[in-house]
Amino acid sequence: MDGTTFVRKEILAAQSPPTSEIGIGGWARENLFGSVFNSVMTVLSATAVVLFLAESLPWILQSSWTANSLSECRERISDRYGEGVHGACWSVIRERYLQMLFGFYPSELYWRPILTFVLLLGALSPVLFPSIPRILLVFSAVYPFVGYWLLWGGSIWGPFSIVAGFAIGIFAGQHVKYRIAMIAVLILSVYLCFRISGYLQTAAPVGIEPIESAQMGGFLLSVTIGTTGIVLSLPIGILLALGRTSDLLIVKAICVGFIEFIRGVPLITLLFVASTLLNLFMPPGTNFDLILRVVIMVTLFASAYMAEVIRGGLAALPRGQYEAADALGLDYWKSIRLVILPQALKISIPGIVSTFIGLFKDTTLVSIIGLLDPLGLSTSIRADSDWNGIVWELYGFVALMFFIFCFAMSRYSMYLERKLEISNH
Amino acid sequence: MNPTAEVDALGNASIPKPGEVAIVIKDMNKWFGAFHALRDINLTVYSGERIVICGPSGSGKSTLIRCVNRLEVHQKGTIIVDGTELTSDLKNIDKIRSEVGMCFQHFNLFPHLTTLENCMLAPIWVRKVPRKEARETAMHFLEKVKIPEQALKYPGQLSGGQQQRVAIARSLCMRPRIMLFDEPTSALDPEMIKEVLDTMIELAEEGMTMICVTHEMGFARKVANRVIFMDEGQIVEQNEPEEFFSNPKSDRTQLFLSQILGH
Ligand SMILES: Nc1ncnc2c1ncn2[C@@H]1O[C@H](COP(=O)(O)OP(=O)(O)OP(=O)(O)O)[C@@H](O)[C@H]1O
Ligand SMILES: [Mg+2]
Repeated sequence: MDGTTFVRKEILAAQSPPTSEIGIGGWARENLFGSVFNSVMTVLSATAVVLFLAESLPWILQSSWTANSLSECRERISDRYGEGVHGACWSVIRERYLQMLFGFYPSELYWRPILTFVLLLGALSPVLFPSIPRILLVFSAVYPFVGYWLLWGGSIWGPFSIVAGFAIGIFAGQHVKYRIAMIAVLILSVYLCFRISGYLQTAAPVGIEPIESAQMGGFLLSVTIGTTGIVLSLPIGILLALGRTSDLLIVKAICVGFIEFIRGVPLITLLFVASTLLNLFMPPGTNFDLILRVVIMVTLFASAYMAEVIRGGLAALPRGQYEAADALGLDYWKSIRLVILPQALKISIPGIVSTFIGLFKDTTLVSIIGLLDPLGLSTSIRADSDWNGIVWELYGFVALMFFIFCFAMSRYSMYLERKLEISNH
Repeated sequence: MNPTAEVDALGNASIPKPGEVAIVIKDMNKWFGAFHALRDINLTVYSGERIVICGPSGSGKSTLIRCVNRLEVHQKGTIIVDGTELTSDLKNIDKIRSEVGMCFQHFNLFPHLTTLENCMLAPIWVRKVPRKEARETAMHFLEKVKIPEQALKYPGQLSGGQQQRVAIARSLCMRPRIMLFDEPTSALDPEMIKEVLDTMIELAEEGMTMICVTHEMGFARKVANRVIFMDEGQIVEQNEPEEFFSNPKSDRTQLFLSQILGH
């Protein structure tokens, strides 16, 4: 064989990779001690983790679950683990966790928020996971009314009539030719059914015990505000983003104005407007539920951010996608729905989920206007003379609960990205 | 719908008889801001005709064919496609767009849909064809462009030539009466150009009305009825391919041809 011509005589068989590439040893060498810098970082991080655990684990474990006040708890810990040992007083969580979860919801009715939450998971699952039968989406559509009725109670006829109104409206709307007429039919039927509901209640009173908004609190409140805000802010954000990128001058101006105004104002300001100012503009005597007002404000706030996140996704699409959709004769809404949004939303998933997580955590701000969310409750628990001075345990619990929800959202977004990755080249 | 159009076995209107007028462009002008991109364009295309447009970069070739399905809006003059004048009336525009297929330089397939779904989308949502029928049509045309085995793949998993053939199939699924091609092969490697051109030649042989922006002169010689040379937003020369290539009249055409054929 000389240097320039070469012909292979036999084909090489496949071999397994060298051992340094496989097994735990190979993995560690590759990922933890690949270079001097890498090794130093590994050692430093490991030290930090060990130090942190050495401080926090004793505090977490050398604790009391049974004491009835902070001072009693401290005594027990020093009795059991010796003088000067600092341990956690988890007993406050044991004593108050129901309150942290449900606020002042009547305890004999706890099944209602629990059922609402379980049904929420059921309603979300067909939306989140395409492998779940599509027919369940019908339940997802009805769920807001079921959930509302379960939480706030009262006559069943109100929510029922609205659902019936929608159903009749959608059914009747299919026989109408123009979209405007379709919407008109829908609104009319919902309105009529809602008017009828009052008579139905007098004729056949069916209902469960009504609950005041003031009785709701804790994570029940956070999850209610958070979920409603999340579910509503996505479609509103999409519409705002489309409006902002549209050719229609007036629509565009309104969307830009709205987004910039809402983004330029702190959420707390909006919440104060919701809690105090809004009542001034209402006709006297109207009782506009505070939670509802807060939900509206939180939704509007998140929608503005959502709109910008989605606009980023829209802008990332090449013009060719719009042109190809146009060239095939798809009208604006069809090309948006079938071609543009599926791609733009996919690009925006990380941003969208960040906004969701931000919104969910922002629900703690409602404690400032006097709603008893987990933080508001913590403040009131700390004001109790028994638990005066307790800090880490309560806030640690709140943090853990929020972390569970937010981490779940984050994991879901990663799952979704990976799943959609398949179609991405 | 054209009254003389016949109906084929699949229930769709077939290509109108040759000799009918398919597109009339009259005194058409187009500006981008202050820039006069198309100047006094006059062009009549008959059914079954294959027209190749060439010219230097920036001469307005793309703009011209994009005006035909109103991806660009002209400001002066008239464009009549298949008897319907292009005005700002959205109904007319959507009707014309569904009758006129277009293939782009960069394919513009929808990356989130499989090849098959790409082909089924518009028939289902624009033509309201039942799913099953749309699928059959899509498979029919994917076979025609010789890639039925790629039906369930995503565009990102296909080669450029395959993608362009899918794009052609996607347009054909709408049963267009006119096809526009904007440099369909210029983003492709040489070995893929042939497969796309073969597809287009086959289409031409079936009598499809085609306007094709391309610099593939072999293709132009083989299928074009007319070659149009554009420069600075104007039609500079128009002739049968033989005459056009062997005996270009205008200096600009000669210069252009010597540049693209010369090396
Ligand atoms: N959206 C636009 N806005 C402003 N000017 C434009 C726009 N599109 C095209 N032009 C200009 O119009 C002229 C014609 O463009 P066009 O794309 O039609 O050229 P072309 O002949 O297709 O060139 P190429 O061979 O490079 O594709 C060019 O000078 C271009 O800069
Ligand atoms: Mg061009």
